[in-house]
Amino acid sequence: MQETRPAVGFDPRVLRADFPIFQREVHGRRLVYLDNAATSQRPQAVIDAVRQFYECFNANIHRAVHTLSHEATVAYEEAHKKVARFVGARSWREIVFVRNATEAMNLVAYAWGLWNLREGDEVVLTIMEHHSNIVPWHFLRKLRGICLHFVDVDDQGRLRLDQYYELLERPRVRLVAFTMASNVLGTVNPVQEMVRAARERGIVTLVDAAQGAPHLPIDVQALGCDFLAVSGHKMLGPTGSGFLYAREEMLQTMEPFLYGGDMISRVTTEGAEWNELPWKYEAGTPHIAGGIGLGAAVDYLMNLGMDRVYAHERHLLAYALERLRPIPGIRLYGPEEGPRLGVISFTFEKAHPHDVAHILDEHGVAVRSGHHCAQPLMHRLGMDNTVRASFYIYNDEEDVDVLVEALYKVVRIFKIR
Amino acid sequence: MSLYESEAYEYLLDHYENPRNYGTLEDADISYEEGNPSCGDVIRIDVRTQEGRITDIRFSGKGCVISQASASILTELVKGKTLEEVKQMTKDDVLQALGIPISAMRLKCALLGLKVLKAGLYGIHRWPDEE
Ligand SMILES: Cc1ncc(COP(=O)(O)O)c(C=O)c1O
Repeated sequence: MQETRPAVGFDPRVLRADFPIFQREVHGRRLVYLDNAATSQRPQAVIDAVRQFYECFNANIHRAVHTLSHEATVAYEEAHKKVARFVGARSWREIVFVRNATEAMNLVAYAWGLWNLREGDEVVLTIMEHHSNIVPWHFLRKLRGICLHFVDVDDQGRLRLDQYYELLERPRVRLVAFTMASNVLGTVNPVQEMVRAARERGIVTLVDAAQGAPHLPIDVQALGCDFLAVSGHKMLGPTGSGFLYAREEMLQTMEPFLYGGDMISRVTTEGAEWNELPWKYEAGTPHIAGGIGLGAAVDYLMNLGMDRVYAHERHLLAYALERLRPIPGIRLYGPEEGPRLGVISFTFEKAHPHDVAHILDEHGVAVRSGHHCAQPLMHRLGMDNTVRASFYIYNDEEDVDVLVEALYKVVRIFKIR
Repeated sequence: MSLYESEAYEYLLDHYENPRNYGTLEDADISYEEGNPSCGDVIRIDVRTQEGRITDIRFSGKGCVISQASASILTELVKGKTLEEVKQMTKDDVLQALGIPISAMRLKCALLGLKVLKAGLYGIHRWPDEE
């Protein structure tokens, strides 16, 4: 086993000891958590950071001169700085904390789209988007009369880049918004190339990195995107934590998202001036504990090294595909070649994904079944529901072996040949 | 003990693989279809009634073993019953007929058939016995 490990010193079993949840059992079995694309587990360090805030320096930020408020403010700003380093931002003022990637993308729709898109303007999306990067644009279609285009995928679930480049030639395309990686198939898109082509034509770019940031090294300066949306809870952070990276120039010129306290510098009865970045976009008392926890999550990941995280998952993906392929009646989705996250969607002709997931649960294996909030993609690939197993840093070959063994049980129960 | 390896589960699997009263009715008095958006299960029920009694019933749909088998079992339960009797049917009547313990996570799968039937017959759109 040891020699098949991808990165020196990267031992998922050692990492598991950092995650209190792995002490529990499910139906008398060891928990094998393979629903990481939905949300990850959290290490003790993140839980401690949250608890430490509440126990030791709980106070509101930016509002008082007392010691606790000062300490809380420093810790909350420090978390922004950690996130900025994590994605390679020029300044921590380019990091806006939000609740999740959904909110980050809504922020772009409201603060940029609402003010900049006019009737007849066009937005390019892809068919593999999560609903959170489709529905906000439906909203602007309804309100502003914009037109949406969806880049198709090939039968393996890779973006049709030819179509993407063709769409960019349309004169009224103002925004492209696409995911770094598919949460159903694991496909990783050539973000840098896609962004460069858009920006050459003066088109604004939004990258949904909800699935990218937890698993891949990210450098927003190299990517060159205007916006990048991330959920903290998929990358070891607390639920309710997430961030939007935006180029400072965009944040300076855009209108705010939510209006209220903390986001202004001066208010009269006639109007207001906006606060400095990023507070202009963080109205009201934020999720301070969540933000601080997210900072701790970023510390944990950077300590591991994101290239090692990705290498580990690639290795596990290859191992899992090799073990899954021979299972009778199984159908595996996702690209056979090219960059891909540790995400595997599969179905059995005779067994419904819910039943499969339920049987796996009886073996202590947590997977997701359903449409994964990506119905246009499911429809395009002729998929109805699938079972999805998705890996993270604490999963290893042994977890895959438990999954595979349980799937052979499915084969027996449903008499699949 | 795994639920899925029990004899009771074999009973459900049989209903899943050989659904009773499967299909549609050309001249149905009532036909109604509804899905469970969170999982994509869909059930349609066609009913023919005479003098306040269910004289014929068919169901069709797609979904997991529990949703489809429970719809199949439900059609057997209600055939020949009066509309008043069917209206009184509860969640427990269905769960009992299934013969296996249904966990909270799968409750909606098990009750979709009864929900569709009651929505079609009486315009009741709540989940059976929901608070
Ligand atoms: C690709 C992608 N984008 C966006 C989201 C939305 O994330 P959240 O629910 O945290 O806002 C998800 C989560 O499933 C996702 O997989």
